[in-house]
Amino acid sequence: MTAVIEETSSGPAPADKPARDHTPITITLRVRRFLPDLVGPNGEPPVPFWQDFQVEADPTERILTAMLKVKGEQDGSLTFRRSCAHGICGSDAMRINGRNRLACKTLVKDLDVTKPITIEPIKGLEVEKDLVVDMDPFFQSFKDVMPFLITSGNEPTRERLQSPEDRERFDDTTKCILCACCTTSCPVFWTDGQYFGPAAIVNAHRFIFDSRDEGAEQRLEILNEKEGVWRCRTTFNCTDACPRGIEVTKAIQEVKRALIFRRV
Amino acid sequence: MQIHKYDTVIVGAGGAGMRAALEASKNSRTAVLTKLYPTRSHTGAAQGGMCAALANVEEDNWEWHTFDTVKGGDYLTDQDAAEIMCKEAIDAVLDLEKMGLPFSRTPEGRIDQRRFGGHTRDHGKAAVRRSCYAADRTGHMILQTLFQNCVKQNVEFYNEFYVLDLLLVEDAFGNKTTSGVVAYELASGEIHVFQAKAVIFATGGFGKVFKTTSNAHTLTGDGMGIAWRRGLPLEDMEFYQFHPTGLAGLGILLTEGARGEGGILRNADGERFMERYAPTIKDLAPRDIVARSMVLEVLEGRGAGPNKDYVYLDLTHLPAEQIEEKLPDITEFARTYLGVEPTTELVPVYPTAHYAMGGVPTNVEAEVLSDNTTVVPGLYAAGEVACVSVHGSNRLGTNSLLDINVFGRRAGIAAAKYAATADFVELPENPAATVVEMIERLRDSEGTERVAAIRAEMQETMDANAGVYRTEETLKQALSDIKNLQKRYKNVSIQDKGKRYNTDLLEAVELGFLLDLAEVLVVGAANRKESRGGHAREDFQARDDVNFMKHTMAYREVDADGDYSIRLDWKPVVVTRYQPMERKY
Repeated sequence: MTAVIEETSSGPAPADKPARDHTPITITLRVRRFLPDLVGPNGEPPVPFWQDFQVEADPTERILTAMLKVKGEQDGSLTFRRSCAHGICGSDAMRINGRNRLACKTLVKDLDVTKPITIEPIKGLEVEKDLVVDMDPFFQSFKDVMPFLITSGNEPTRERLQSPEDRERFDDTTKCILCACCTTSCPVFWTDGQYFGPAAIVNAHRFIFDSRDEGAEQRLEILNEKEGVWRCRTTFNCTDACPRGIEVTKAIQEVKRALIFRRV
Repeated sequence: MQIHKYDTVIVGAGGAGMRAALEASKNSRTAVLTKLYPTRSHTGAAQGGMCAALANVEEDNWEWHTFDTVKGGDYLTDQDAAEIMCKEAIDAVLDLEKMGLPFSRTPEGRIDQRRFGGHTRDHGKAAVRRSCYAADRTGHMILQTLFQNCVKQNVEFYNEFYVLDLLLVEDAFGNKTTSGVVAYELASGEIHVFQAKAVIFATGGFGKVFKTTSNAHTLTGDGMGIAWRRGLPLEDMEFYQFHPTGLAGLGILLTEGARGEGGILRNADGERFMERYAPTIKDLAPRDIVARSMVLEVLEGRGAGPNKDYVYLDLTHLPAEQIEEKLPDITEFARTYLGVEPTTELVPVYPTAHYAMGGVPTNVEAEVLSDNTTVVPGLYAAGEVACVSVHGSNRLGTNSLLDINVFGRRAGIAAAKYAATADFVELPENPAATVVEMIERLRDSEGTERVAAIRAEMQETMDANAGVYRTEETLKQALSDIKNLQKRYKNVSIQDKGKRYNTDLLEAVELGFLLDLAEVLVVGAANRKESRGGHAREDFQARDDVNFMKHTMAYREVDADGDYSIRLDWKPVVVTRYQPMERKY
């Protein structure tokens, strides 16, 4: 069954736009590949290469779906991470036509299909195989900012109270799915892998601005270090890259301001 | 091959696995083996909330919640387990808040609550606001909060380790005891044996047996499949939940919370058809009833769209601010994947395969059972992989997030307590043999069948023949298709022969589990000649309490030639305070 938007204007809310085009088209995926087991005949180390795959796709289809077709029908060795396939789990961050995105939130129709669609691993993390990168340094930065609620004193019997306004204060940064789109779009991170990177700062922000938390000072000290927020050059790549629509650069700026005024 | 030794090994790092880890790691040396990085788990896709009778916004109590859970499960729910879950729900929610979970709040600053399908005040009088939520991201917040606390507590994770076998040692009387698990490391292709006193399975469901599903690609029933192949029974596998509101054609979940916020289902004529099927609580009837009603609307020609094959979810009468604030993610899904603007347009929806009520049988301490009563020492299960059974034949919305927290916690506590006094059981000779043999066979196979083709055919037949409505005939068809696919699977080959990050190989392994589980589901469904909860037979439309108010127990029996057959048995339902009644809403 294929979902189609109804063309007629029956029902309580008229849908007066044309149906989406589902005519299959042939697209070319130009994938940056690296096969670590592919050692040359004389023991030469494996090298990355480009490979084109032609695949039939419905324009409303996700790039991930096209990649799954390639893997299932053409080349089982094509390797990438994926899980939920609708932008919640953060597994399939990759560089599509030069921009960091989730393959499951990028639709064919939103790309220029007259040219090959380039697909590369996200930058700044070591490539393990094809689009799979080593995520451990990324998660280490996350862990380094103490991404958990810090409180003192006795726990209340019921819930801690928090006004809707206080809850709203850090809502944006609770949306992070740790996909690494932001961190690996950051030019500072590309040149200096020691930089905490936007995602870690987003997750520090999520607690620094939570009215229930008492660990802001400790986190701010960590982020005040050499590899902390001051490395940010405000290029907004991270904000553009975030598939969850988090205003990443703004969050980083808020952390900087909190450091200057020591007030959250 | 590497050998590791831990008191407690937890398999899976979704909500149940991490909730268990927070308890187990306090009192025993614990490792969590997970085929995904923890935050990729599908708990994160849950949206609408977690029910607990906090009574923050209106009168409520856990007894009403228990009644709803039992009635929602069409009286197949084990009532002692449901009572425990609904009682402990309150602390489970408060614990998460104390761990930092950013719940949505009432004006007074308390955890806000909203309506959800089948949750009622005073035994069905009206819908009640019981679901504690964080916008439509409750599962995401639970997963993040649990992971954050695992970081805080220094829980040890083995990421991208696929557990493929369970090591059980049998004594002379055939009694099984746990000695560990065998895992395949994705990065290196190495085999690791983990010797453990206690093992907790928290591996989730197997929604990928279906084509249209809300489940992640990774939900391939590995834990259930492993237990099954090791001779442990599976309970109530025929009960599979179809969530009413999947994005039509795609299966992506739109939370029931949308109806909790006031959303309405309409057919092609614009009629609010749920008024005919559930006059009292209408669109907030439990999922099995709503899903069947939607399918009937389509079958009777009132479906919408060019092929008349879906219905509409209507949110257009709700204030745009309420939609943006309470339902931001599903609004975005509708925009992204269907190009529909939910604040002004109707959203095409149709039932999507969502949740396994059945699974590995456990008691209320999360101990795995090898028959109706015998505990397998050292083996625990919690979450969707397990069947306690708190969901009976149909789970109520939000009760899965509750289940993983309550029984995940119980599993962690019970495992650590067991590990504190138990001794390590000696590993069987050549512990990795089964896994090595399986991996090598798949890697070296020169067969002509492809994984993706067999998987697609399995999913097609399951959607067509074992979906919302079933008959003797469709189930026979499904079984013959699956048997045929199992034969073809023996001739499957993979293209990637490499050691490192060989996802081609693991997809082949996962397909094997799916085919096993599809068979158990269909065999159980064919045998249950009644309609109850998530299992609807067109040829046996009534619930039959005389013959079928009992759990199905499926056993894999291997004969001398190594072939197996499925033997079905029964297990009584635990009834405490609620006698079965007609289920009306």
